[in-house]
Amino acid sequence: MNEYWNALAGGLLIGLSAAILMVANGRVAGISGIVGRLLQGVQAATGFVFVVGLISGPVIYRLFAGAWPTVTVTSSWPLLMIAGLLVGFGSRMGSGCTSGHGVVGLARLSRRSVAAVATFMIAAIATVYLQGFFP
Amino acid sequence: MSGSAFLRLGATLVSGVIFGIGLSLSGMLDPARVRGFLDVTRDWNPSLAFVLGGAVVVSALGVLVTRRMQRPLLDDAFHLPQNRVIDRRLIVGSAIFGVGWGLVGLCPGPAVASLSLGLPATMLFVVAMLAGMALHDRLPRIGARRQGEGALALRADGGRLSER
Repeated sequence: MNEYWNALAGGLLIGLSAAILMVANGRVAGISGIVGRLLQGVQAATGFVFVVGLISGPVIYRLFAGAWPTVTVTSSWPLLMIAGLLVGFGSRMGSGCTSGHGVVGLARLSRRSVAAVATFMIAAIATVYLQGFFP
Repeated sequence: MSGSAFLRLGATLVSGVIFGIGLSLSGMLDPARVRGFLDVTRDWNPSLAFVLGGAVVVSALGVLVTRRMQRPLLDDAFHLPQNRVIDRRLIVGSAIFGVGWGLVGLCPGPAVASLSLGLPATMLFVVAMLAGMALHDRLPRIGARRQGEGALALRADGGRLSER
């Protein structure tokens, strides 16, 4: 039961983060966009500061919770590399990921984001389903 | 640096920190949990639906607030996407992203946030992700030819999506 409350509370905080960025700066909290632009040197100060904040999030969480958040990675290194390439390439090509299209795009009722979220959810669910046959 | 530019960076930092704490609390940082959420036909763990649900509700409140504002608090204008065309790039890119997300259970936010734990596996993922982004940004823009073609792709993709 606790994991549901934590999921909801974490989600509310993520939404608050997106709302702050939109109301204060008029910008979308999309991680792939922020990181991608940082990589290109576009809005580098903004991107750098956001990424520093994002990385310090788990550190601050640890101060309150007393332990790091759970991160269980069982994938092989080749699979991690392939998945990373696909996530990076696809999120740039599709102009967003779970944050930009999911959290902010859906909240803005963007047709593009609704299409993107439906597409990546179906693709991700199908991938996990098919992987189940190759343990 | 002007005062408002400094304040904008401050707001960006606060937003990033809250995002990172939210991810940590929510369980999204754990690829095993994410894959459990995506594994709808076997041992489905639906808890992460509350992350997106909660996030979208609060984010939508933010959107409602901005609808009543002429400009954001700390800037002269909103910088929001205006493109409304559902084109092939959007659908193909999102599908590629979805396959990568499903394979390992990491998307960009949790991958970057978990760098603070110093795990070799997530660090490798982030390096590959950055390479994928750089590769995309260096290639000629695939599929972004004409607006008319985008409109055609909208109908084709819409049909395909509704069939599933």
